[in-house]
Amino acid sequence: MRQTRSVEIGTGLFVLLGMSSLFFLTTQTTGGDDFKAESVYTVEARFENIGSLRTRAPVTISGVTIGRVTEVSFDPVSLEAVVHFVVDAKYDQIPDDSDASILTSGILGSQYIGLQAGGSDMYLEDGSEILFTQSAIVLENLIGKFLVNAGSGDKESD
Amino acid sequence: MTRVLRDIRNNLLEFVRTFGAFQLFFLRLLRHSPAILSTRFGLVIKQVYNTGAQSLVIIMVCGLFVGAVLALQAYSNMAIFNAEDWTGVAAHLALVKELGPVMTAILFAARAGTALTSEIGLMKATDQLSAMEMMAVNPVRRELVPRFLGGVIAMPFLAAIFSATGMFGAHIVGVELFQVDVGSFWQQIQLIGESADVNEGIIKSVVFGFAASVIAVWEGYNAMPTAEGVGRATTRTVVITAISILVFDFMITAALI
Amino acid sequence: MLSYAATDGPDWNTLGDYSENLIEIHDLKYSRGHRAIFDGLNLTIKRGEITALMGPSGTGKTTLLRLITRQLIPEQGAIFVDGIDISTLNQTELYQLRQRFGMLFQNGALLTDLSVFENVAFPLREHTKLSNRLIRHIVLTKLHAVGLRGAADMMPAQLSGGMARRVALARAMVMDPEILIYDEPFVGLDPISLGVIVRLVRRLNDALGITSIVVSHDVEEIATVADCSFLLSDGKVAASGSPDELRTANSELVRQFMHGMADGPVAFHYQAPGYEEQLLGRDIE
Repeated sequence: MRQTRSVEIGTGLFVLLGMSSLFFLTTQTTGGDDFKAESVYTVEARFENIGSLRTRAPVTISGVTIGRVTEVSFDPVSLEAVVHFVVDAKYDQIPDDSDASILTSGILGSQYIGLQAGGSDMYLEDGSEILFTQSAIVLENLIGKFLVNAGSGDKESD
Repeated sequence: MTRVLRDIRNNLLEFVRTFGAFQLFFLRLLRHSPAILSTRFGLVIKQVYNTGAQSLVIIMVCGLFVGAVLALQAYSNMAIFNAEDWTGVAAHLALVKELGPVMTAILFAARAGTALTSEIGLMKATDQLSAMEMMAVNPVRRELVPRFLGGVIAMPFLAAIFSATGMFGAHIVGVELFQVDVGSFWQQIQLIGESADVNEGIIKSVVFGFAASVIAVWEGYNAMPTAEGVGRATTRTVVITAISILVFDFMITAALI
Repeated sequence: MLSYAATDGPDWNTLGDYSENLIEIHDLKYSRGHRAIFDGLNLTIKRGEITALMGPSGTGKTTLLRLITRQLIPEQGAIFVDGIDISTLNQTELYQLRQRFGMLFQNGALLTDLSVFENVAFPLREHTKLSNRLIRHIVLTKLHAVGLRGAADMMPAQLSGGMARRVALARAMVMDPEILIYDEPFVGLDPISLGVIVRLVRRLNDALGITSIVVSHDVEEIATVADCSFLLSDGKVAASGSPDELRTANSELVRQFMHGMADGPVAFHYQAPGYEEQLLGRDIE
């Protein structure tokens, strides 16, 4: 009887492990918070176009990761993308007129928010909004513009 | 010359006959499966334990290292294009679509398949199957079908566990060792990875589960009832499973593209 | 053919109108590859007796058992069990018939992954819906009958050859069969275990009123236990009768077998080219 019990427990554990693995693979949620900070404050920024920015994308200043995107939504009134991100509370002296741009790491890399420090004496705090933003550069648009320019250039040289 | 031709013809005929017998055997297992699943589920549980839970260690250790080496390779190649963020995606796609199901099936053949074959072969060699026949118990139904079903149920779970531990290994190498940003690492996977990739892996592991289990059971049931015969049958299990898994893998991949 | 008269047949033999012959085999033919194992075998086994099937190795004694229980199908001829032609049965009917048989395999054939208790309980669990208490009761009774009640919790791997065979015997009779078949029950046992098994065969047969078929080539043991013996050779019955009758028979083959002589109708040498010819031939080459 004890033997069947241990078999049942082993099988149960095995199936549970298998199911949670499957769940993990389909959702790709890494368990727990992967951004380690003792306390954080949330900042909001609005962009015309966020490209392929998603939650959990890093937020950097001068190339150092200081925060993480927590929420991406669309404001139907202003027709803008609203991005919420958290910043490690130990970086509490970031000027509130800093500007945020959506950048791409490398040619094929993922997108992230880069902050450019401003000169204000006031600092960003929980709930504040970054007013100066620069949208993501969408590669297709860029190539389109380049082709149009190149096409017109060709005509002139003809 | 005619003798050579006759030999070839006979061998070919024998091959076709064996293949046909194998198909019929497979159908026989399938025919008994619903009844066993509904009335003797305890027997199946025991075999899920034997084939699945008992294979966990080998599956997880191998998964960890396969994921880690994938991340190593991906990182060193992606770094050329300054696209280290893609390390996770590369490991994820390779694991979920290909290496997870294929490696798991081959490891399954080596660990659980050989165990199934030798168990059944020994039962045959020691007259246990005949004894069941004499006790008016159908040995195919009582011993073979639960083993087959156990393997079929265990395989998709094993493949999922393999891929998940593989991602853990990739995370260790990519994030902890090479300092790829943890957010980018997982964000890229969510961005690029589709549920279709995971589905492809699941389809493969289910098909491989059927193939590997039926081959192992078949080889055991048709083993020569001697110590040498059982030994040979276990070897054949690994060889035939490995070949058919790779052939199936190619066919499924081609069909899904 | 030597005649045989029942000595102390069980009294139920006189009840009802069924025939005295429980198993009848008519003109049986069976071959493996190109070698004919049986070629026109006729044989009858009487109710309530212990029948011995004897013969030199390779005469297909075990094959005959498998034919009687339809684990093998003959090429020609008919086998009747209790008046039923077994070749006409479908799977369900065959399994019903087999429940009337109990078979003891040469090495016991216990299921290795079950304990002694579960091995004996196996047919009950498969075929009946008896309560656990009742099953326990029956199993312990049967184990007690073979003297192994104390070994109920052991695994088959822990048993000696003689013990395994006794457990298998308990299993074979747990469904209260009408026919018990023993395949080489005396091989490879020490004298004590052997004595135990021989006595068990006799006791079970008489106490339970069953019919027993014993395959063996142990002439001495068979002589003490069998009511009737058949000596098989060349795919046919070479002689039949009680062991004593066989012992005094004047057929050369029977004498050779019963007295264990090296040479006779069954040649000591396997078929080979002439001895000198072969040796000399090698030399010249």
